Amino acid sequence: MQTNEFIEQLSAQLEPVRVLRSPGLRAVFWLAMVGAVSTALVMRYAHMDSVLQRLAVPRIALECVATALTAITAIVAAFELSVPDRSPRWAWLPLPWFVLWLAASGLGCLRNGLGLHGPAGVFGHSGDCFAFITAASVPLAVALFWMLRRARPIAPLPVAALGTLGVAATAAFVLEFFHPFDVTVIDLSAHLAAVGLVVLLGMAWRRPLLDTDSAN
Amino acid sequence: MPTALTPEETDQAWSQLMRAAQAGDRAAYSRLLLAVTPFVRALLRRYCSHRQDIEEMVQETLLTMHRVRQTYDPKRPFSPWLGAIAARRGIDGLRRRSRVARHEVSAEIESYETFADPAANIDIEAVRAAGEVEELLRRLPPRQRAALEAVKLKEMSLAEASAASGQSVGALKVNTHRALKALRALFQER
Repeated sequence: MQTNEFIEQLSAQLEPVRVLRSPGLRAVFWLAMVGAVSTALVMRYAHMDSVLQRLAVPRIALECVATALTAITAIVAAFELSVPDRSPRWAWLPLPWFVLWLAASGLGCLRNGLGLHGPAGVFGHSGDCFAFITAASVPLAVALFWMLRRARPIAPLPVAALGTLGVAATAAFVLEFFHPFDVTVIDLSAHLAAVGLVVLLGMAWRRPLLDTDSAN
Repeated sequence: MPTALTPEETDQAWSQLMRAAQAGDRAAYSRLLLAVTPFVRALLRRYCSHRQDIEEMVQETLLTMHRVRQTYDPKRPFSPWLGAIAARRGIDGLRRRSRVARHEVSAEIESYETFADPAANIDIEAVRAAGEVEELLRRLPPRQRAALEAVKLKEMSLAEASAASGQSVGALKVNTHRALKALRALFQER
């Protein structure tokens, strides 16, 4: 088919569309929505005394801030990259905070003498942490991909990777409020394995999740 | 004598046409697509020199632009938005060609496939087989049959087939694959 005929076909199929709001605004909307629900859950179910006691330790406070900033920056970057004309450099935005999160958690492991045993044995509550991060990521990811897919990203791989990193980091941040003990190597590994699993699933299912024909 | 537009003026004109297209103005959209085609073609020449492949990538770019037109923000310049889409389709085209090249070998022609006497080329068996293939095609689910006919029999590009059938490029790929698999199974049943 000639390109001119193709253009005629496309023009004949044209329907009006509603222009998407700016990616930054959409990211803020998602973060505000999730922030409100998470705050309500934390206020209702977390033991605030224990939380405040833990947050008084600068390293743990830093870990929490780094986790939250990883979530926020990854979500903002995912929304920015979901539209065509944004710089690919947005993908690096969460990296410093993610490294800081790993460093602060790793420091906790070092302070605990790299011992595998936490207060509750080798595996302790690590299985619960893994289950919490993966399970909590599911509704967050549904809400996120529901918004992201409206843009039908032309480069879905970084959008899916950053989006799922954002939701897994959000789940890990909320977990901090229900985690009344310091991390061990096993525990940190469980957190990272859960984040990795969520990111891998998001990347694997990127095409149906993001309603796109592009592969990368 | 009309003066040529500066790049900024051209961009503004395209942006206005796109805004009208987002509101559903088909005439403006048609004008826009015709106007941007040479720009897209020039961008895609960086990725490929084969004329037919470039035309296919131009159509894929226009189809993607059509699918994501809701993401264009009229407050921003139009050319970088379209350029990013063309670059993505160019990279996809490069990857696709290198994938195909890895799986294809050039065949040595050892003998002529047609005879000097035209009557010798009329193969009754082939005619009968074509009828059987047609019968098997009719037994496929409609979407699979439409995908197979458009992509493999009419040799349309994925973009053309997508515009003609209303199926997305991804759905076309899946349905073509499933149709071939179903056809293979139907042949084995015979």
